[in-house]
Amino acid sequence: MMQKNDGEVLVSFRNVQKTYDGETLIVKDLNLDVRRGEFLTLLGPSGSGKTTCLMLLAGFETPTSGQILMDGQLLNTIPPHRRNIGMVFQNYALFPHLTVRENLKFPLAVRKMPADEIDRRVARVLAMVQLEQLGGRYPQQLSGGQQQRIALARALVFDPKLVLMDEPLGALDKQLREHMQIEIKHIHESLGITVVFVTHDQSEALTMSDRVAVFNHGIIQQIDPAITLYEEPANAFVASFIGESNSLSGTVEQLNGEHCVVRLDSDARVTARAANLGGTGTRTVLSIRPERVLLGADASTCENRFSATLKEMIYLGDQIRARLDVAGTADVMAKTSVAHWDSRLQVGDRIDVGFPVANLRALEPM
Amino acid sequence: MTMKSRFSCLVGALGAGMVVAATAHADITVISFGGTVQKAQVKAYYEPFTKATGIKLIPGEYNGEQAKIKAMVDTKNVTWDVVEVESAELVRGCEEGLYEKLDFAKIGDKKDFIPSAVTECGIGTFIWSTVIAYNADKIKTPPASWAEFWDVKKFPGKRGMRKGAKFTMEIALLADGVKPDDVYKVLATKEGVERAFKKLDQLKPNIQWWEAGAQPPQLLAAGDLVMSSAYNGRIETAQKEGKNLKIVWNGGIYDADNWAIPKGTPKREDAYKFIKFASEAANQKVYSSEIAYGPTNLKAIPLLDPKILPELPTSPANLKNALACNTKFWVERGEDLEQRFNAWAAK
Amino acid sequence: MNTVEDAMKPPAGGREVPLKVRLRRAERARTLGYLALIAPLAIFVLLIFVWPLISLLQRSVDNPEVSAALPRTVAALHGWSGHELPGEPAFAALAADLEALKGTSELASAAKRVNMELIGFRSLLLGAAREMPLAAGKPAKDAMIELDERWGELATWQVLARNRASVTPYYLLTALDFAIDDTGAVINAPAERTIYRAILVRTLWMSVIVTFWCLLLGFPVAYLLATQPPKVANLLMILVLLPFWTSVLVRVAAWIVLLQNEGPLNTAMVRLGLIDAPVQLVFNWIGVYIAMVHILLPFTVLPLYSVMKGISPTLMRAALSLGCPPFASFWKVYFPQTLPGIGAGGLLVFILSMGYYITPALLGSPKEQMASYFVAFYTNETINWGMAAALSTILLVATLALYVIYARYFGPAKVR
Repeated sequence: MMQKNDGEVLVSFRNVQKTYDGETLIVKDLNLDVRRGEFLTLLGPSGSGKTTCLMLLAGFETPTSGQILMDGQLLNTIPPHRRNIGMVFQNYALFPHLTVRENLKFPLAVRKMPADEIDRRVARVLAMVQLEQLGGRYPQQLSGGQQQRIALARALVFDPKLVLMDEPLGALDKQLREHMQIEIKHIHESLGITVVFVTHDQSEALTMSDRVAVFNHGIIQQIDPAITLYEEPANAFVASFIGESNSLSGTVEQLNGEHCVVRLDSDARVTARAANLGGTGTRTVLSIRPERVLLGADASTCENRFSATLKEMIYLGDQIRARLDVAGTADVMAKTSVAHWDSRLQVGDRIDVGFPVANLRALEPM
Repeated sequence: MTMKSRFSCLVGALGAGMVVAATAHADITVISFGGTVQKAQVKAYYEPFTKATGIKLIPGEYNGEQAKIKAMVDTKNVTWDVVEVESAELVRGCEEGLYEKLDFAKIGDKKDFIPSAVTECGIGTFIWSTVIAYNADKIKTPPASWAEFWDVKKFPGKRGMRKGAKFTMEIALLADGVKPDDVYKVLATKEGVERAFKKLDQLKPNIQWWEAGAQPPQLLAAGDLVMSSAYNGRIETAQKEGKNLKIVWNGGIYDADNWAIPKGTPKREDAYKFIKFASEAANQKVYSSEIAYGPTNLKAIPLLDPKILPELPTSPANLKNALACNTKFWVERGEDLEQRFNAWAAK
Repeated sequence: MNTVEDAMKPPAGGREVPLKVRLRRAERARTLGYLALIAPLAIFVLLIFVWPLISLLQRSVDNPEVSAALPRTVAALHGWSGHELPGEPAFAALAADLEALKGTSELASAAKRVNMELIGFRSLLLGAAREMPLAAGKPAKDAMIELDERWGELATWQVLARNRASVTPYYLLTALDFAIDDTGAVINAPAERTIYRAILVRTLWMSVIVTFWCLLLGFPVAYLLATQPPKVANLLMILVLLPFWTSVLVRVAAWIVLLQNEGPLNTAMVRLGLIDAPVQLVFNWIGVYIAMVHILLPFTVLPLYSVMKGISPTLMRAALSLGCPPFASFWKVYFPQTLPGIGAGGLLVFILSMGYYITPALLGSPKEQMASYFVAFYTNETINWGMAAALSTILLVATLALYVIYARYFGPAKVR
């Protein structure tokens, strides 16, 4: 197993811009470092620029301006076939006229490797994806999951510096997709390769990645490990795009270092953690995850405490979701374990609700 | 060359039977070789006939292919009522039952016609000749004979010849010095056929083959050919149109074209009426004045303008060194020689 | 209560009908419906295509003339050794036949048919018929030989005897440059008469060349069409299809005008000083190939286009990402995917070329005429439909053989 050299930069985008029509920028001023050995996911809604970013890296698109560097070498002018970057495509892109083994030999034969070395490597990757017995089949004789694994094996067999994956699991059913996520993660860990992975599925991103770059409107909104993204979203878009969150809008009244006081639109005042805020008087969005909302007795010690109306209860077996009206804001969701729940509560009852300061983040509005 | 003339040549080359209009009932359909021949026929026969009898006439054209007539006769769906046929085809078709055996009482007195024009199934309508034609703008001293037709040093350039064995074989032997009277005797022997093909071998690289009678004057006028075998009437018509084309009569091969009635036409009586009309001396006179082909009705000759007599294949001066096409020979050997000719031409 | 078992039981009171039989009955109505739907087309194809094809094949061996015209002679020659002149009965039978059919078209057909194999037979037979009936009191044999000494020749009777059967290999053998000698053995035709093997080879060879050029020129066009955005592709497609909207004849005429000695192309080249004198571009092989490739080009472009449309563009990207240079990627990954299109387009053009007639007839010299020209020649000019059918049969067989080879090596099962 290779040692991860955290922090060493393999690829960097410097002020990269891309436009197709000369009017709208698909990628606006992208600055991104991919570290050697990491699993970096580009996450975002469709049209956010994440796939374009991948294509720029692969060399199938050229940047309108800016630089892309790999190992300190400028990539802009290097054609795709000389970049030594492996790629897994959404529809696998296996060559239909070649057998599985011939598909895997292809990148090696192009590099004019000796025959015994080719055979050794092909056998190794086939073993890695556990499809040793299917080497003689044609791609269309394989199932979707098998094709996906062969595509992965083909992108790895020539030891590329970097492996790009463009929504590779999009065509698989849910169960197979989750299985493949783990498998790809394991292969990444055991080989120590660098992977840039594109997806619009946030759970996929959170499951697999060392770091996730959240894209929207051609800009990276935040780039961080999964836990940071979830717990400390940098802005309202990230907060709403990753996981579930409650949003309450208001105006900043005081700023005291890490904390701030925000006046909600219902005139109630709350204290929150300040993240990426403008000055006093600017608008802000308060974000809190449903599982961080305290209910009933748990809220009694909380600094931001309100009386709320219970509008709806949903029993989910291991937990209960409650929909509440809090301080003039409708549809605040709270999540709590069944054990904590007061079973006497009825819809329409009043209940205390608390927003812990540590979990209530005041963010720049979208 | 104009687009139009090219196109008419194309249509001719294709076998213009397709052009024939649908036949309405009371009308008769008369098929001839088209082009300038047909123009003259319209003037001399078709229009006056309709005027005289009230029978409407649909003119059509073909290239002499007997297959269409055979198909009609075999399927008993005869839509052609009168056809112009070359002599050899007439004899063959008569034997094979393609044509009606004619009742001359309905046509006229046999004695009024050139004897060879009267046959079992047909009546000659004009005498035409295959001659040497040349472009006088390109050649100052005319070729004296078929032998000079072969002289590519004296007259460099392409020559046109009719694609097929008929006439081509005779011309080759004439060019090789065989006397007109002996041509068919020589050609009847194996050695004679070899001799003809050997002579043709000499000229082969310089030959451009034509199929429709309208082609030689066009190709000559356009400068694609320096000289060509051609039907004399077509050249004469081109002269009238102002083309500087000339004819060499020496060694011309003449033959008659005939009217015949496809067997089984429902309009046989009207067909007879047309043939009778077209065989009358006065009408043949008009025809020969229009196009330089000789009349078959002996009584037509005195009616003709003496000035045009020298243009006709039948004038004594033009007949002097000419060869009469031997119909019997071609009926017997035509298919065999045509096949050999094809084999030779394709190599 | 209704159960599945209930439903499977036959209706009360009825006899036991097995489930399979009932299924078949239910299916039968549907099958009949399908048959009714395809029946008009099936009947049409049968009448317009299959039946003429069969009658064409039959005509290439059909030999009814002699047995129809000379039935007595045919009967008398039954069992004749062929080594010496037949006896008096055969001569008498012939005389009777000739007398019966004197002057009819049946006799002329028989004379024409035998004349193909023995030149001079036509006049011999028809001449003899004119002399019928023979003078009484003399043996028919002597009288006939007196009429024409050729009746005393063995070859005359052999050719008659050979043609008494109602099928003959003559046309097919001739169409392959074989002949039958006096003893009835199959030999090669004399060199000065051989033509059809060379014509068949020429037909195949010209078709190969036309197919090659069509593919070479059509491939980039199809590639362009398949890779352009729909708006541009539609416009280009109209340009490709434009020639389909004009008749072949018009296009051929246009090529003549364009390519002739004093046509615009030659004039332009002379004016530009590229050539000193006009080059012959028409009425030789150049014109034929140019026009045939032009006319047949859409037939390669369309199948190639439809195949190329189905090739995922990511395949090329995949090849590039695997380190394969652009041209090699094209050759190793894209090109193999187009093989079904190349096969289909090539086969289409090849088969169409094999039957080409008008274009070579109008734009070529005798050296460019293909098999169909001779089919037309025999059909139209000499009315030898047996030869026309035999040549067509050989062309058909050659085409089918090539198709079988294609299906064997390049068929859908072979190309992935």
